[in-house]
Amino acid sequence: MATRQTRTLARFMMAPSVLLLLVWMIVPLAMTLWFSFQNYNLLNPANVSFAGLFNYKYFYTDPAFFQSIANTLILVGGVLVITVVGGILLALLLDQPIFGQGIVRILVISPFFVMPPVAALVWKNMIMHPGYGVLADIARFFGATPVDWFAQHPLLSIVIIVAWQWLPFATLILLTALQSLDGEQKEAAEMDGAGFLDRFRYLTLPHLARAITVVILIQTIFLLGVYAEILVTTNGGPGYASTNLAFLIYRTALLGYDVGGASAGGVIAVILANVVAIFLMRAVGRNLDR
Amino acid sequence: MRLHTLVLGLCSASAFALAAHAETLTIATVNNGDMIRMQKLTDNFTAKNPGIDLQWVTLEENVLRERVTTDIATKGGQYDVMTIGTYEVPIWAKQGWLLPLENLGADYDVDDILPAIRGGLSMDGKLYAAPFYGESSMVMYRKDLIDKAGLTMPDAPTWEFIADAARKMTDRGADINGVCLRGKAGWGENMAFLSATANSFGARWFDENWQPQFDQPEWKATLDFYVKLMNDAGPQGASSNGFNENLALFQQGKCGMWIDATVAASFVSNPKDSTVADKVGYALAPDNGLGKRGNWLWAWSLAIPAGTQKADAAEKFIAWATSKDYLALVASKEGWANVPPGTRTSLYQNADYLAAAPFAKMTLDSINSADPTKPTVKPVPYVGVQFVAIPEFQGLGTTVGQLFSAALAGQMSVDDALAQAQSVSVREMTRAGYIK
Amino acid sequence: MARRVSTQSRIAWTIAAWAVALLIFFPILYTVLTSFKTEAEAIAGISLIPSGTFENYVEVQSQRDYFKPFMNSVVISVGSTLLALLVAIPAAWSMAFSPTRRTKDILMWMLSTKMMPAVAVLVPIYLIFRDGGLLDTRIGLTVMLTLINLPIVVWMLYTYFREIPGEILEAARMDGASLVSEILYVLTPMAVPGIASTMLLNIILAWNESFWTIRLTTTNAAPLTAFIASFSSPQGLFWAKLSAASTLAIAPILIMGWFSQRQLVRGLTFGAVK
Repeated sequence: MATRQTRTLARFMMAPSVLLLLVWMIVPLAMTLWFSFQNYNLLNPANVSFAGLFNYKYFYTDPAFFQSIANTLILVGGVLVITVVGGILLALLLDQPIFGQGIVRILVISPFFVMPPVAALVWKNMIMHPGYGVLADIARFFGATPVDWFAQHPLLSIVIIVAWQWLPFATLILLTALQSLDGEQKEAAEMDGAGFLDRFRYLTLPHLARAITVVILIQTIFLLGVYAEILVTTNGGPGYASTNLAFLIYRTALLGYDVGGASAGGVIAVILANVVAIFLMRAVGRNLDR
Repeated sequence: MRLHTLVLGLCSASAFALAAHAETLTIATVNNGDMIRMQKLTDNFTAKNPGIDLQWVTLEENVLRERVTTDIATKGGQYDVMTIGTYEVPIWAKQGWLLPLENLGADYDVDDILPAIRGGLSMDGKLYAAPFYGESSMVMYRKDLIDKAGLTMPDAPTWEFIADAARKMTDRGADINGVCLRGKAGWGENMAFLSATANSFGARWFDENWQPQFDQPEWKATLDFYVKLMNDAGPQGASSNGFNENLALFQQGKCGMWIDATVAASFVSNPKDSTVADKVGYALAPDNGLGKRGNWLWAWSLAIPAGTQKADAAEKFIAWATSKDYLALVASKEGWANVPPGTRTSLYQNADYLAAAPFAKMTLDSINSADPTKPTVKPVPYVGVQFVAIPEFQGLGTTVGQLFSAALAGQMSVDDALAQAQSVSVREMTRAGYIK
Repeated sequence: MARRVSTQSRIAWTIAAWAVALLIFFPILYTVLTSFKTEAEAIAGISLIPSGTFENYVEVQSQRDYFKPFMNSVVISVGSTLLALLVAIPAAWSMAFSPTRRTKDILMWMLSTKMMPAVAVLVPIYLIFRDGGLLDTRIGLTVMLTLINLPIVVWMLYTYFREIPGEILEAARMDGASLVSEILYVLTPMAVPGIASTMLLNIILAWNESFWTIRLTTTNAAPLTAFIASFSSPQGLFWAKLSAASTLAIAPILIMGWFSQRQLVRGLTFGAVK
């Protein structure tokens, strides 16, 4: 059916997006690659010289490097699990007939409206602080010792904060997909006497597959770059327990002002992101074709 | 008709000339109380200096530092006046990024600036930034709790006394911790406190050849002391507590002692926010009898980036904001207790100020006892008390801070933390070319 | 069509949904409550009843003007969203309705332009902005946010468009509709809800972007994220004031979300059309 005319038109219509993004990708990437082969400290601009692969070697041999990669993957994985599972459950819940559906929906979406650094400050000081946070007060009310979140479970604390921020996004997309599920199909399944779990497994879940894939892919890209939440809560500590790759780059770029090292870190981060993306596409990508 | 046009033309021409004459200074400041107060007094400056408008950029400390450093290093030219600290001034001045302040006016009285602070902001005898407010660190303690423990706080306590008092004041049942100290990782967080403390233990960051010194017994003594003390007498969550978290704890009466910035005194003694305002005493930061006390020195200062087109107006502004008259202006509007402290000798000779600020003498003594050019017991190649004024320090200090906060949280032994701190420091210093 | 639901189960679901929603909303609720407390109350432990002071709002407004950063936020987030939609709609349309073997790769590649961590490219971008005279301009920031969010916009539109049944198009083509009228009269009405919810989500993303919006601005183009940064973590107690500033920054977008609720719901349910 697709004639040559429509195909040409399709290309023409895609051109602006593709061209813009191509420029947007190539210019920073080229500059980053260039800087990654330079000895360039922002605070010592007189001393710029060719560095070869030294910046890569230096970044790669950082004592925090391997743990930071592990932390990055745990952070991404943990948040994805919480938001996808939580998002499905929330979407199912919000899909039920309830009073004040509009208000409930806004309440659930609202964490998305909060700027990330503010969210982290609020969680750290007003919710999780073992001295005067809300959770500590609740623990003391029940006679328990308050949990010292950022010392005992630094990475988990950050996962919780980030998951709270992204849960609304997942919920929103999944709810969209869920509501597009054909009402008649649902009713037919109910008539057939299919139980809730069967309906969920054979009808709802397959229907949500593409939405879940979209949530996973988009969130992964954002989650790989999370660092502001770490900065205001633990500063990557204690030790390297909450240092992820983005924070390591932050430390190199905006504390050390080592433009060469940060650029090498950026290139490494892009490579890691591509590995993750290829893995994800293998795992869930076919859902996009449906 | 023709006349009419001419008049109109003249009017618009003169209006244009006026508009062209009006300069707008963009001033980057940190969001601390004294700076906010200055912004509210802008009218006083513009009334005295018609033709100069002020535009403020207020940011939190870390973001501000990133912003101004990026801008000055790339010559972005976004600011005419920058608020920077004693860490940046020597580094930037050496790069030639700052204009020397040589026309501050006849009645500015540069010699009135506290010598310790002035030394930290000068290079080759020229002043590169004018201090807006200065701070050191000292002990703040609860008089009622120390009485209860049967002790008397000396004006110049030793670490031994502090440790003993902290353990005696601790009452976990009543949720009272003997001592609250910084633990959050960061070069300006736990490392500010620990570097200053290490000085009093005889430790140093580097020897004369820039060899890191974390493998020396003095650092082990420092960190051992700190971790043990905090385990016995520190609050829960100490490894993520910075200045503000400890302030909150102290104001709620949960700390017996707190060793931190002198500027905290005006917060903890303010009955509006503090539940313990009338029970706070002050003492110098502790020592170990080695000749150095564990207190730091910092001054938020105003400087002019070399790229600005408006250097004259900028210098006029700096002269206004850091003058004696400004102190008097704040005093007349908000009382002497609210003037920016720690910059001028004359302030500490002012009877009104001494009466309004009970912590004034201790602040002055603390500042005077810090010497950024000779911070340690043993000789060092660097300037700076609680920091090392080299470009690499922010990153390195934060990494070491992460390791030390892990030691505090019990996730790493003191020995492991020191060994790793040593190896990352050697690595970084070799890379930067200090270690040949 | 409407399923019959017993009032009992409806009440049960309502209780469950409200409980979960309030739990999720709690940190924000607590922030709003804290904005009406004094600084001393704010650190005094859990309390859901503030003393009702407005001093934080007075203080926040007297420290920094709210209106200018607010307008900047509006201009930048709406502007960048419209710009992104303008470029993305044709692309998403053609990918959804004339897919080729490469479509999936192109989509993935678009997303991959977001893989470079912002902190790693700050200096290169800052240099470009400096040389282009774009520092502290609304236009510079608008373009920046457009580029950052363009992949997300394309992705979301693509998934929404994919939900539009192809048969409708074919039927229209059989009827001899030209390509233009096909887009204008058949597709657009079906796509509006999807576009609307994409727009809403993207405005929120742009509104909250707090890396570039702070690093590339000083005064003229500084949006609410910079406004917030001036109340975050000063020396001294700040939670009540920060809460007030945050409430002011969240409120407009929350209100917008509230008013576009209908549109959003329609956007969410448009698939039921098929």
